[in-house]
Amino acid sequence: MTGQSDRIAHPWGARTPFASGTRWPERTDVQLEAGIDSHDVDRWVTSACVLCSNGCGLDIAVKDDRIVGVRGRAADRVNHGRLGPKGLFGWQANNAGDRLTRPLVRRGGELHETSWDDAMGRVVERSRALLDEKGGSAIGFYTSGQLFLEEYYTLAVLGKAGLGTPHMDGNTRLCTATAAQALKESFGSDGQPGSYEDVDEADAFFLVGHNIAETQTVLWSRMLDRLDGPKRPRLVVVDPRPTMPAREADVHLAIRNGTNLALMNGIIHEVIANDWIDHDYVDAHTVGFEQVERVVQEYTPERVGEICGVDPSAIREAARIVGAADRLVSTALQGVYQSWQATATACQLNNLHLVRGMLGAPGRAVFQMNGQPTAQNTRETGADGDLPGFRNWDNEDHVRELAELWNVDMAVIPHWAPPTHAMQIWRYAEQGSIRLLWISGTNPAVSLPELHRIRSVLERDDLFVVVQDAFPTETAAYADVVLPVALWGEKTGTFTNADRTVHLSERAVPPPGDARSDLEIFLDYADRMGFTDRNGQPLVNWSDPESAFEAWKTCSRGRPCDYSALSYERLRDRNGIQWPCDDRTPEGRPRLYSDGHFYTAADRCEAFGHDLVTGGAVTEQEYRAADPAGRAILKAVHYRAPAEEPSDEYPLRFTTGRTVYHFHTRTKTGRARQLQAAAPEAWIEMTPGDAGRYGIAEGDLVRVESRRGAMEARARLLGLAEGVVFAPFHYGSYGTPNGTATAANELTVTEWDPVSKQPHFKVAAVRVQRVDGPENPS
Amino acid sequence: MLLAHYLGLVHRSEGELADAYREVARRHADEPDVYGTCRLLAEQCDSHVSTLAPFVERYGETEQDDPQDLHRDLFDEPRDGSLGFLRDLHDLYLMANEADISWTVIAQAAQGARDEALLEAVRTCEADTAAQLKWLKTRIKQSAPQTLLVADR
Repeated sequence: MTGQSDRIAHPWGARTPFASGTRWPERTDVQLEAGIDSHDVDRWVTSACVLCSNGCGLDIAVKDDRIVGVRGRAADRVNHGRLGPKGLFGWQANNAGDRLTRPLVRRGGELHETSWDDAMGRVVERSRALLDEKGGSAIGFYTSGQLFLEEYYTLAVLGKAGLGTPHMDGNTRLCTATAAQALKESFGSDGQPGSYEDVDEADAFFLVGHNIAETQTVLWSRMLDRLDGPKRPRLVVVDPRPTMPAREADVHLAIRNGTNLALMNGIIHEVIANDWIDHDYVDAHTVGFEQVERVVQEYTPERVGEICGVDPSAIREAARIVGAADRLVSTALQGVYQSWQATATACQLNNLHLVRGMLGAPGRAVFQMNGQPTAQNTRETGADGDLPGFRNWDNEDHVRELAELWNVDMAVIPHWAPPTHAMQIWRYAEQGSIRLLWISGTNPAVSLPELHRIRSVLERDDLFVVVQDAFPTETAAYADVVLPVALWGEKTGTFTNADRTVHLSERAVPPPGDARSDLEIFLDYADRMGFTDRNGQPLVNWSDPESAFEAWKTCSRGRPCDYSALSYERLRDRNGIQWPCDDRTPEGRPRLYSDGHFYTAADRCEAFGHDLVTGGAVTEQEYRAADPAGRAILKAVHYRAPAEEPSDEYPLRFTTGRTVYHFHTRTKTGRARQLQAAAPEAWIEMTPGDAGRYGIAEGDLVRVESRRGAMEARARLLGLAEGVVFAPFHYGSYGTPNGTATAANELTVTEWDPVSKQPHFKVAAVRVQRVDGPENPS
Repeated sequence: MLLAHYLGLVHRSEGELADAYREVARRHADEPDVYGTCRLLAEQCDSHVSTLAPFVERYGETEQDDPQDLHRDLFDEPRDGSLGFLRDLHDLYLMANEADISWTVIAQAAQGARDEALLEAVRTCEADTAAQLKWLKTRIKQSAPQTLLVADR
């Protein structure tokens, strides 16, 4: 057992080095409430962690119907017993004193407690009125990456086939939209090609814009254990900040934020120039190589070094490592996805693996990572801007399958354009054409860009705001109706991590007060709205988590994300099985595309693809005319300078990110004592050189301003890329003294990637100003 | 040789399309994707104008006196709201189509004249215009139902 202070000071815990090809040693991490030891625990309930996309298997400790701790599951394929600090301490949020326990409705400008019947009645009354007056397109849903699969699927069905609204997306738009999009553009469908076991076999790691040590602590522990073991793999890190992985790296490319694509074009340039190409693989399994070759031609290390602000010889060395590796594992996350030219960059990382034939075999994998624990399920079930089961909204046959499955008229299911992405949903609300916005399990008043704008939308008189949450968040303050929900550990359901591993999470304790699961709320809404199929039978014909899961299995059958051979019973027997899991591979499949055959055939693919510059959609006819028919698609475009570049007025580059101690807007982690104490307030990072120019010293209070807003926080002086200012995005007003604006998103820009529609949280121009000296220790 | 006439036509219409993209970006700056993309596409049109410059010089540009209805309509009255936004995208689509067919015409002539350099220049511009049309159509398809069925203005 590892002491709690240890795991705050040492988030990755003790090392257990291992060699390539051997099994990652087990290490069981346990955390129990003070004064309780294992003997006091009444029962251990099977679950997995919901505080990042890694999905570590764990058991929840229960005493007297209260959660009192967690224990990593040594047998789980994801974590071999380990838990990160968020997992070890985050469960305490369930027991927080300020949980929402009763529905609230706004009367006379204030939120008042009420009954479920009254609260749901109001939501239904407004929904019906809007349906009659305007149709389903006046209603929008903004959900999460933190509900369970069964909840998302129910939401997707009631939204798409009940209300018939195209306006449904998750906050996954902020975290994994680019991952999904890049997988579709390159491989024809969403779905992570690799498996975490590939870390055990790799001889090189390439981390692009992925501070894995803080976002996925346990996966980083796995890499660290390889780095500390025999035959150390090489490590290349691309990040403007001196992160923990950057400090461990053989080559750290501290590029200017906003220049990822130039760098990736440069890496591919070197790989081609040195002929580190698997020509047989390229010939047999890809299309588009010549186009990529043409684009990258001009990206010499010298030119790229100039754009990115790094030494050309470092680019050469990085390219040599990834180009010469025999078993390469690459990962990307928000440094790519929330930055400039996100999808094009992520595709170029896929291209690296395609041209090198580094896919579908042990130690050869590209991970387009997820941020949130259940983001994968939002994507699979179509609770985001997709159709369920990775179906293609632009393929009539796919839409017809859904219509038959749900027994509804095909015309009911919106498929005249892609489902509306989150940023556009907010825009429609801002314009007044969406009149009911139902927000579940997320906190947009802190997490979306340009917060003054988001607040002004939430304040609109003509917008009816429903907030479904466990806590009185910054967003709930704007709600017309607040629906209190059960958290993880208080309900049963499944979720899927970033390497396609499905876990069942069982209800360990009852929810507080009158709180209900998100599933119960959606089922109640569907029932009250009277959604029916063509035979007049209930559209949503399931009643609990297990029957919802069974309905989803049918929907997923034959699709890339096939769950058909999974069941609650099987997951109770062995938790943590990877999809696709069908009759042919009932134990799940560790890797996709092992045979070099991709989901790109026109009849099968999830999307016909896009122009990576503008996001213009390729039409079905165009796609069919050059049907890749199972070959992967290589595509590349040129780097362009970000729209908002530094100027005399705003001379510095701003980027946002994460700390290991917090998740998202701290709704849970801010209520876990040790985590909140470890990172109680926002800070900003800048280089000593930049700080010196503005008379700023370590610990000074600094005001950071963009064209859109300002924040204040204390300065940490670090060796980031010159001219770059960083702030963590977690800090809204919760737990913030004296109302100082500490949210990084006050500064960020309302702008998004043309293809994935993911907002640009990591490119803005700012200026800084010293406000005050260091805090008086008294 | 009448090729000069067509070169003059497309040379001018690309310049006007660039102006139109900038105008739409300015008018609808509240649509962030449109603002960014239209400014990018304006730059593309600028580059087409400079790509054509040496050929215009070689073949001699003819003064155009055709009335440019599309352009005039677009700039006639500023439009706002969802409907104005949709109408503006619609007009951009028509203007880009005018460029598109002009590239076809000139490419045909360039082949007849065995002018490889002109053909290559036109092919490059034509591909950009095709991508512009693709984006405009994608964006129009997205906005149309919300604008025509749900929005009040």
